Amino acid sequence: MPSPITLFIVVMLLAASCAGEGSDGEDVLRLATTTSTNDSGLLDLLLPAFEAEHDARVDVVAVGTGQAIALGEAGDADVILIHARAREEAFVAEGHGTARSDVMYNDFIVVGPASDPASVAGTALASEALAAIAVAEATFASRGDDSGTHSKERSLWDAAGVTANPDSDWYKSLGQGMGSTLIYADETGAYTLTDRGTFLAQGKSLPDLRVMVGGASIDENVDPALLNPYGAIPVNPDKGGIAGALADVFVAWLTSIETQEMIETFGVDPFGQPLFYPDSEQWRVR
Amino acid sequence: MTAAYELTDVRHCYGDRCVVDIPTLGVRSGEILGLVGPSGAGKSTLLRLLNFLETPTTGSIAYAGAKIDGDVPLSVRRDVTTVFQRPMLLRRSVAANVRIGLNLRGVETKDRSTERWLDRLGLTDLADAPARTLSAGEAQRVAFARALVVEPSVLLLDEPTGNLDPYNVGLLEEIVRCDNAERGTTVVVVTHDIFQARRLADRTGLMVSGRLVELAETETFFSTPQRPQTAAFLRGDLLI
Amino acid sequence: METLGRAFADALGLLWSLDAALLETVGLTLQVTLVALTIALVLGIPIGAAIGLARHLPGRWLLVPLIYTGMGLPPVTVGLFTYLLLSNQGPLGGLGWLFTPAGMIVAQTIIAFPLVVGLTMAAVQGVDPTLPIQMLSLGATRRQVATVTLLEARVGVTAAVVAAYGAIISEVGAVMLVGGNIEGETRVLTTAIVLETRKGNFALALALGIILLALAFLTNFAFHRLQVHQGVR
Repeated sequence: MPSPITLFIVVMLLAASCAGEGSDGEDVLRLATTTSTNDSGLLDLLLPAFEAEHDARVDVVAVGTGQAIALGEAGDADVILIHARAREEAFVAEGHGTARSDVMYNDFIVVGPASDPASVAGTALASEALAAIAVAEATFASRGDDSGTHSKERSLWDAAGVTANPDSDWYKSLGQGMGSTLIYADETGAYTLTDRGTFLAQGKSLPDLRVMVGGASIDENVDPALLNPYGAIPVNPDKGGIAGALADVFVAWLTSIETQEMIETFGVDPFGQPLFYPDSEQWRVR
Repeated sequence: MTAAYELTDVRHCYGDRCVVDIPTLGVRSGEILGLVGPSGAGKSTLLRLLNFLETPTTGSIAYAGAKIDGDVPLSVRRDVTTVFQRPMLLRRSVAANVRIGLNLRGVETKDRSTERWLDRLGLTDLADAPARTLSAGEAQRVAFARALVVEPSVLLLDEPTGNLDPYNVGLLEEIVRCDNAERGTTVVVVTHDIFQARRLADRTGLMVSGRLVELAETETFFSTPQRPQTAAFLRGDLLI
Repeated sequence: METLGRAFADALGLLWSLDAALLETVGLTLQVTLVALTIALVLGIPIGAAIGLARHLPGRWLLVPLIYTGMGLPPVTVGLFTYLLLSNQGPLGGLGWLFTPAGMIVAQTIIAFPLVVGLTMAAVQGVDPTLPIQMLSLGATRRQVATVTLLEARVGVTAAVVAAYGAIISEVGAVMLVGGNIEGETRVLTTAIVLETRKGNFALALALGIILLALAFLTNFAFHRLQVHQGVR
């Protein structure tokens, strides 16, 4: 019968072997990203290619934008991939990250119930649609979780000149992910702001929702405010315990022409249109 | 003398096995009836039938002249109570245990009867003690007090002093005798102890294998038993 | 350590300031928990007592394992079930209870009910098996026998109440799914903790956790005092 102390040591050793470097000495990269990025399935396509090429393992932590930034700030992630431009720039400016690189973009759309009580279907600008929703006091479901989408929504309300908050009966602040928020909107006949990718991926389970602003594809989206750029930032290696070199390699790989081409084709098969559009500097000047 | 119970062709059976099989038995109002017999003779089952806790498989029981069929009226059931060999006392104080029968009847317990019975059974000092901490003798005294405080017409005793010391045995027998004399309570006492039957009972019966072998005035039962089985039992011979 | 320290300071600050949004969240948490608990107790204690007393109930061999399984129902599964029940496409969609406190109460009640039934049943079965016949002989009705048995099993029944309360006040999966975590409407402490964690507001999330713990502790402390008091006799 091993003593409790022996047992404890064995358990700790087993636990330690599961953390840090991979079992056969491969390098590990901790990627903090948003749930919407992960849920789209894009990473499942990209990461195996990176892992094979660089004999590394990428551990994805899919959380809210705020938590992803917090993970980076605490040095608990090596690289972050998010879509909240202003906060990304602040992250770099405060010294938490080395540099921000454009990776790709997609777009936001305003969706709502088929009955369209605020008559906003086909409105060109999201801010105009939101203003009409506020006037009609039609139910609007907000992520309410400080995510990139939520940040975008707040800037659109500002542009619309509307103070929207949970004190208004028609404004529902959910504090949930995109998927749950779309389901809520579908069930209760509410409008909401969503990224197109999640809406397309979940389309079948949202029988009552229609695109109100943004058209059938990104080419029909005429509102520049609805563009949704994604950025990648290696975490500042000065924090200690950061796989800084691998993070730089990862960002370089993510923005390379080959990877950008993979991004361009992702989603075309099931949805008839890409879910993300490549937008790295290399891609733009190719 | 009126009859407390009239049993006619009463059988209580589990499948083919009848644990009680009594063609006829009358219990007189105000008497103390002793029932002796070996273990498994059906004495305790008979008491449960008399307390209307079980219904006989066949036959009928009349109580105070009225035949009891189907649902037993609550008033009839509350006229009868049993003291068991092992009392189940509630996790409450001694006084609360004594009061329980009154509580169940919705009787105002402000009257002095609880205190009186605590006093008669020497429990006054223990009134506020948790019942679970009592000795066997004290616990059985509580059981007698809670049975008698409701002033039953019939008191059924199932081996009431089985494991008790002589002091408690004497005390409880005296209580039974007094209550019988003062209120005319009908008492049926089942006992292993033939001397207890002789001390207490007006009439005594012997039960063997569910049947009432002999029933007679206690003096006659012990001095001149009519049945060989009775004589053998009184000699201490094993009976099947 | 820094985060933990800040969390405690924040929790005290929040409590001190009696922040309106926080009070609303705490109030709704208590409301949903206590209403669900009350329904579960009113239904579950009599049923648990009845099953515990009916030792020869037909189908008992199947019923008891079912109840024990119910005691371990994954709350998220209950939430999903309730969601499908209350959804527009579901059989009870007409009630309009999805994303309302009423819907959350339904889910919490389903979680608490088997706990109350199972633990009450076990407590009642632990009571002296001769209690019913002795009480009947003292003139109790069937209903009075059940009441006396429950009072006799009160320590165990109190444990059932405590377990059910703890299970539902700390539950997050079902209320998130069914309630929707809507600010000012269906946001409770647990869903607020999830939200603040996702936002990276760890200190605030921890502060909410401390408040949740304090609520659970205060209630359990009261229950325990009750239990000690009852256990004496």
